[in-house]
Formats: sequence, C-alpha cells, structure tokens
Amino acid sequence: MEIQIIAFGIAKDIINGKKVTLSLTDEHTVGEARRKLSSEFPDFSKLASLKFAVNANYVEDNHLLTADDEVVLIPPVSGG
Amino acid sequence: MLSKDELIRYNRQIILPDFGTESQEKLKAASVLVIGAGGLGAPNLLYLAAAGVGRIGIIDFDEVSMSNLHRQVLFTEGNVGKNKAELAKERLSELNPEVAFEVFTEPITSANAIELIGNYDLVVDGSDNLPTRYLVNDACYFLKKPLVYGAIFRFEGQVSVFNLPADNGERTPNYRDLFPSPPPPDMVPSCSEGGVLGVLPGIIGSMQANEAIKIITGVGESLAGKLFLYDALDVSTRTLNVQANADNPLSGDNPSLTELIDYEAFCSGVMERVHHEITVKELREQMQSGSVHVLDVREDYEYDIANIGGQLIPLNQVIDRKEEIPNDRQVVVMCKAGGRSQKAIDMLKKEGFDNLINLKGGILAWQKEIDSSLATY
Repeated sequence: MEIQIIAFGIAKDIINGKKVTLSLTDEHTVGEARRKLSSEFPDFSKLASLKFAVNANYVEDNHLLTADDEVVLIPPVSGG
Repeated sequence: MLSKDELIRYNRQIILPDFGTESQEKLKAASVLVIGAGGLGAPNLLYLAAAGVGRIGIIDFDEVSMSNLHRQVLFTEGNVGKNKAELAKERLSELNPEVAFEVFTEPITSANAIELIGNYDLVVDGSDNLPTRYLVNDACYFLKKPLVYGAIFRFEGQVSVFNLPADNGERTPNYRDLFPSPPPPDMVPSCSEGGVLGVLPGIIGSMQANEAIKIITGVGESLAGKLFLYDALDVSTRTLNVQANADNPLSGDNPSLTELIDYEAFCSGVMERVHHEITVKELREQMQSGSVHVLDVREDYEYDIANIGGQLIPLNQVIDRKEEIPNDRQVVVMCKAGGRSQKAIDMLKKEGFDNLINLKGGILAWQKEIDSSLATY
C-alpha cells in the first residue's frame, strides 16, 4: 500500500521536500511508516519522539493506516 | 466603568455584536504577560495595547539588532543596540496611555518564572527557543494560567492555546501533550539559523493576540485543544486536534514533574554534550595562550561578512574534505549560532573524530562578547 506523508518544519529538510510517498508492505501501521522513514532518511531517527497526525488527529504507533489517510509530521519549531 | 474617552477609543469593537462594553471592561480588568518583544511579541503587544488590555508585562533581555528590523516592527533603525522591552514600553505608551506597562529586562528562568507569571491572568509566548517554551509551559501549568502559544520557522507558523479551564474541571492540553520531549538541539533551528519570512510573525503573532482577546472576553471559540498550522508559501492551513497524553509528565496519569527543572539541560538532551562545548570567552583565552585550531562550517559568503580566522569548510563539504581536519589535537568547531557546528561534530564523530568541541553561540556570541567590530547578519 502506498501512503503519502506531508512534512512541516525541519521534517521537510529530512525528507527533501514537503511530501514523500512510502510503500508499506507489513502491518500498514504508523509504526511501520516511522521505521520506513528512518531507514530511507537516517536523520529522521533524530525525531524519534515525534507524534504522527492522521486525518487531523494525533495517533499512536499501532494506528492502522489506509491509502486515503492524510498523514502529517509536525516537529516543534522554536522561532519567535 | 469605562470613561468617555475609552468609550470613544474602543468604539469600533464595542459596537460589535457579542462584544459590547462588557467585553471592553473585561479587557481593561485583565493583565497579560508577553514573553519576548521580538517578531511574535511585536504584533501581540501592539494589538493587545491597542485593544485596551489594562496591564501588560513585557519580558525581553535582548537588544535590537539590524537583522531584527525586517520582522520586529515595533522598532526603528535608531533603536539598534537598545533593550527591546524598554523600547516597546516607550512606543506602546504613545499608542495607548490608558494601559499600564511593566518591563522586565532579565531573562525568564526557573528561578523567577513562578513569580513573574503568577502576577498575570494570561501569558503569551513569543519566545525564540525551546528551553524557554518548556519553562513557560510548565510554569503556566503549575500556576493554572492560560497560555497562548505561537512559534515560527521559515515560512511556517503554529498557534495554539494551552491550559484553559475545561468543562470537566481539568485543564485543556498543554505543550507537552504536543511535544512530549525535545528533539536534539540541531533539529530545532532558530530564526537566526533557519531564517524566517518577515511578515510571518506578523500573521502568527496577530492570531495569538486574537486568541488572547477571545479568552479574556469569552467571545468566540479559542484554539484550546487544537493546533493551527499555517504555511505562507502555499497559503495552506490545517487545524489538528490535540488530545491529553496519558504520559504527560505534568498532567498525565502519573505526573513526575512537580516543580520547574533545568530546561537548558533538558533540551540539550544528551548531557555529555554540555562538556563538549566551549564559550567564546574560553576560546579567546585559549587563543591568547597558544594556538587553537578553529574549524568554521558556515558558507563562504558568511565567512566573508565576518570571521575569526578559522579554517573554512562549509557544513555540506566536511565529510568530503575530512582529511583536511586535524585529528591529533583539539579542534573548535563554529558556525553562526552553534547549530550547524554541532551537526558537523555529530557527522564527523561517526567518521572517527573525537577531538571536536562546539563553540557555544557561534560567531554571534563572539561578536557580542568579544569583538563588536565584527559585522552581524
């Protein structure tokens, strides 16, 4: 299953753009998406504590994803 | 009671449906503490003062610099070098002499935060660093004060409201529900490192002021329990729902934080990093007493603006050119403010370098504390 991820802040730098498409093959969970991102983009592991938002709600790693889901990554930003 | 002058001054909002003199009186009776009089602070302070908030506290220890002026619209070129909080009071008193302004020119710390925040009804966070954001969040939680949060990066902004009394007697989610623990420092660039569009804090700070006014007056619905995201590049907005996190160390099921902590150490994550830093004063002492190898990982054009004579290898070349970096003696790595140099150290460590120390605060700190004749940018 292919899933699109939308990045904000420094996560854009890590995935080299605003969006990235991941191919999920195992359990189709947020946890699998997290592992895929870390293996494709090693710097992503530095954002290990980052929560994923799916369809405007923050979810845990066991959350099941479907192809139409909007998955968003929002790292903290500190500027003022 | 509102005076005749006040009824005239605030007429255009008093005549709004659902607002009226009652809301105006609530604003007059309210006190707001604005943390940081910078990019976000400017629109917050301007609009809260103009709207007639009765008492406004302004905290900022920093001075205006030329590179602030593209976004910190409270200040003029003639203000460069002067304290921001003092200047803000001067400017805002001209805008609205009805408001009582209180100025604090010391940094907010774990030692003074409770006393400072305890003296106000509501807090607006316009700070520019993660340790202060966690500090302000935690202090507001302990004191049960609503916190209007705003943060910016490049073309993006975030707005939320934390810690509002909820229907069930609890408080709405706070910053730690959104971001339970800070990522490594090099993952959270400041405006001086990551850059920021000048108009962005104007948009985000104005939204914060709007939230503050709604909370004080009870008009409309606030962003409590929600995180608003704005991307100025494609004008996209998103509003996410924020739930209370059971693991939140303040407000979760098993709270482990009962008082303020050392937020600098908390946000530097790996405590050993603290020992791999050197201050500009320590570096100057070392330079005076012998030769020190300094590696500057900024870009060529930055080096041309100001440098302290270090070896120049831009961050994206340090791995390719690692043979040029000594590995048999201490090397001090520097950049503009300390973020990129830490990144270079992390990258080079994986290549076997164990002789690298980060220059805390980078060339900006050097310019400020050692050699003010250097250009800043």
